[in-house]
Amino acid sequence: MIDGTIEALLAVTLVASFAVLVSPDRYAAKLATALSLLPLAGSLVMWSGFEPAGNALVDGESAIGYMSQVEWFDLGGITLQWFVGVDGVAMPLVVLTTVLTTLALVSAWTPISERQSQFYGLVLFLEASLLGVFTALDFFVWFVFWEAVLVPMYLLIGVWGGPRRKYAAIKMFVYTNVASLVLFIGFVALVFGLGDSVATFGLPEITQALRDGVAPDGLPGVGAESLKLFAFLAMFVGFAVKVPVVPVHTWLPDAHVEAPTPVSVLLAGVLLKMGTYALLRFNFTMLPDIATDLAVPIAVFAVVSVIYGAMLALAQTDLKRIVAYSSVSSMGYVILGLVAYTTIGVSGATFQMISHGLISGLMFMAVGVIYNVTHTRMVSDMSGMADRMPVTVGIFVAGAFGYMGLPLMSGFAAEFFVFVGSFQSTVLPSAPVFTGAAMFGIVIVAGYLLLAMQKTLFGEFRLDTDYEVGRAAFHDVAPLFVLLLLVIALGVFPDLFMEMIETAIEPVASIGGGA
Amino acid sequence: MSSHASLFALGPALYLAATGLLVLVLDSVGRTTRLPFALGSAVFGVAAVGAAAVAAFTGGTLLGLGVGAHAFAAMNAFLVAFLVYLVDPSGSNRLLVASVAVAGAVFSLGNAAYYLAYFGTTSDAQAALLFGDQLVVDQMSLLFMAIAASVTALVALASYDYLEGHAYQAEYYALVLLAATGMSLMAAANSLATVFVAMELASLPSFALVAFLKKNRGSVEAGLKYFLIGALSSSFFAYGISLVYATTGSLQLEAVASALSGGTEFVGMLGIGMLMLVGGFAYKTASVPFHFWAPEAYEGAPAPISAFISSASKAAGFVIAFRVFTVAFTPAGLFASLGIDWVLVFQILAVVTMTLGNFAAATQENVKRMLAYSSIGHAGYVLIGLASLGGVASQGDTVLGASMMHLFVYGFMNTGAFLFIALVEYWGVGRTFEDYAGLGRKAPVACAAMTVFLFSLAGLPVGAGFLSKYVLFFGAVSAGFWWLAAVGAINSALSLYYYTRVVKAMWVEEPNGELELQGRPTGLYAAVVAAAVVTVLLLPGFFPIAETAIEAANAVLPNAGDTTTAFFG
Repeated sequence: MIDGTIEALLAVTLVASFAVLVSPDRYAAKLATALSLLPLAGSLVMWSGFEPAGNALVDGESAIGYMSQVEWFDLGGITLQWFVGVDGVAMPLVVLTTVLTTLALVSAWTPISERQSQFYGLVLFLEASLLGVFTALDFFVWFVFWEAVLVPMYLLIGVWGGPRRKYAAIKMFVYTNVASLVLFIGFVALVFGLGDSVATFGLPEITQALRDGVAPDGLPGVGAESLKLFAFLAMFVGFAVKVPVVPVHTWLPDAHVEAPTPVSVLLAGVLLKMGTYALLRFNFTMLPDIATDLAVPIAVFAVVSVIYGAMLALAQTDLKRIVAYSSVSSMGYVILGLVAYTTIGVSGATFQMISHGLISGLMFMAVGVIYNVTHTRMVSDMSGMADRMPVTVGIFVAGAFGYMGLPLMSGFAAEFFVFVGSFQSTVLPSAPVFTGAAMFGIVIVAGYLLLAMQKTLFGEFRLDTDYEVGRAAFHDVAPLFVLLLLVIALGVFPDLFMEMIETAIEPVASIGGGA
Repeated sequence: MSSHASLFALGPALYLAATGLLVLVLDSVGRTTRLPFALGSAVFGVAAVGAAAVAAFTGGTLLGLGVGAHAFAAMNAFLVAFLVYLVDPSGSNRLLVASVAVAGAVFSLGNAAYYLAYFGTTSDAQAALLFGDQLVVDQMSLLFMAIAASVTALVALASYDYLEGHAYQAEYYALVLLAATGMSLMAAANSLATVFVAMELASLPSFALVAFLKKNRGSVEAGLKYFLIGALSSSFFAYGISLVYATTGSLQLEAVASALSGGTEFVGMLGIGMLMLVGGFAYKTASVPFHFWAPEAYEGAPAPISAFISSASKAAGFVIAFRVFTVAFTPAGLFASLGIDWVLVFQILAVVTMTLGNFAAATQENVKRMLAYSSIGHAGYVLIGLASLGGVASQGDTVLGASMMHLFVYGFMNTGAFLFIALVEYWGVGRTFEDYAGLGRKAPVACAAMTVFLFSLAGLPVGAGFLSKYVLFFGAVSAGFWWLAAVGAINSALSLYYYTRVVKAMWVEEPNGELELQGRPTGLYAAVVAAAVVTVLLLPGFFPIAETAIEAANAVLPNAGDTTTAFFG
């Protein structure tokens, strides 16, 4: 059965990518931006017409919107299939991807001057792969897209990045690719262990088999429980690199600092969400019993990521590094929300993915705009930027408050849900302690953001480079403004996404034993 | 097995041989006599249509189908010759010779595909046995004939530009086609005698081809090394054959198997003979311990020939190893009755070969040499097919079939990668990673194709290399050899490092100084792009290859049982 909607979305994006790749450099920027409006409009139409009805993996077909499922071919008793669709978790991420891609493309107009058609074409190719990751419901399809993301990302950082771009690009590539191999082995071992009880790599079918209590014992000599534990750990490690969780986060600051602004926006805004999305889909939906068994160590990782990431941010002197490390910290909240296994906590974690995507996108873009005119990102090189760039700085400050969790901004809503959810958790022992420790992270976040802003934005104007500070172009500031509006809109009306997220999360929380 | 003992069953091989001779004839007829020759070709072609019409009435058997297909293809071949004449009546013979070579290889491929389709759609299709069972044409033969033919077509297409300004071009194409004939016959060889003859037929032209650039020291040195090690391994192989013959009194593979089924008192002699046979295969497939010629030969040879030898010749070496060891030395039976565990030998060789190939590739500075070592690494992956045969018998066809799938895909992705090197050599760019810096800006299409080859070789899901490796490791796991799959997976992850270095050089690095690329060679470009397109298309279109390969494996594995149906549900 082919619905065609998602296929059309992917095809349009891919065709746009190839069209931009072969277009002349002069038109590439405008052409890519214009073409990116097509998937954006498409995803919004999908969003408005989407009827949330449960979790795609747990509830199966009835909960999947825009579903397409056709057999591809058989391999070893397992049918590979083309299987895509969305539910309340995937839909917001699809919208996030298309929105951020269009804004990132606009933010590239100023900084990207070389090999433009290749740059914009690759960004659109990245968008197509990301959309594939969030809509795929068959492991093979999902994995193809998951790996396909790496190629444009590697090139985008490696070609258009800063001075240490080659090192950063290869580090990102090696880290995430080794992680992919580990998770691939873990997942495939789990599926083979299930033996004849699954006939496809379809994620709903595998989830169903595991829920029905089929013990994966198809692999000779490996017990069911140890296989599940092995699969869980392998997948957790694989996804943790992508998220990233301390201590496998070291590729991220390097990648962010070297990546050009629009790539940082997509990296922080969407790519990191691949990791948390996959954790939710695979580890927490498929193997809830292992996840609850391991709740304490996972929560420890989450809290360490929150606190340690924030402390690292505190120690940085480069504005972009500050924002980069704060992503590590924010993603820690997502993990904490997941491990709580309450509807509100896991939904909050999902909402935090969206919220953080928008806010970190805003922050990276704002740093990029400042860098465009000052050519420095060092905190010590500048002071009093508010004097010269009032609008940009104003939005930057607003975004930073969103990060700190100011009410009526999406960051507040997300962190509030996460903390309420994790506080109430019945699955996580001594949940209030973990919650309290993680909440302390907010204090550090506020500390480093205020400190950095005070030094660079306020006070007397001073700039230790020989660049004249002009005004930022309108097209540099416009995406910032749009992002700020979205952040506020989601803060005031979290139900824009929260409602559909909750319908999809409730089944997950209930199989995990939470409420 | 019964036989339609028709020579037509050998069509794919005959095509290559006939084209090789045709190329020589075309070259020897001077320019003045080309018009009558071309007209004659056209007349002959029309006559072939008549033959095809006659054949159509005899249809139903492999013989009838064969006559029809060949007559039709022959007509086309001669029409191509005529057309080339019309296009370029006064030009050199270069274009004519190259087109005929490509056309011949394409017809050979088409013929093999046609027979494969016949096997795939006819439920009672039977293998054709020829010359007193010395040759056999079954699905495995045809699959490897298809590999040889497609590689030959790509190589011949690319060689048109690569050979610009060289002497002895017709001889070059003829040697390529004759070597390809040898490889096709290797695929069909069903007795140790024909195995040896076919191997020599494939080897002798290859020696000359590696040394083709006779004013280039590297090429000549490579040819000499290749020849000397080839001669050594041939003598090993011949000695091994003699020991097997001494033990069993037979050369024909099924006869060897039946002689051994009752046991033998000369176990030691048989074991040493088999070990020597393994040595011969190792040479042909560039596996440990006879791998050390490969980096020299691949690096020194003209790049299209490196592509040819590393893809087609390797595949041909493997098909012989598959057939000899599964048919003559049936794994389970031999081990049970005689205690000769040759599977263990292949397990050791597989692990050592892939590890050595990958580690050595990671340390290279020269791209061509890196690809040569990577080719050794891939031989190690393919060896998993034989190394896993001692396990769960019913899974043998999956893993052996997976080896065949990998060789098929490898025939495109590896050939393409070496042809990209040929393109770079054509431009006169250097050979190291540094020299490749910034190529992506000057030649984005070719570099995009190269990126596809490299990622597919590494096993990323941009090309069919991902699926063939996946099935291979999956097969090894389900046959009970998870550790072989684990070693393979680790090696595969490592390989990404050195493949990515090329991608990085092409796209990310800044060019050193001025990089000027002279010309856009049509033939080379067409070959590289065609190989890339096939590599990508085989990802969604993997099923027919997988099905054919597993059926082919099933046919040669007596113990595999009837798992084909279970596997494909």
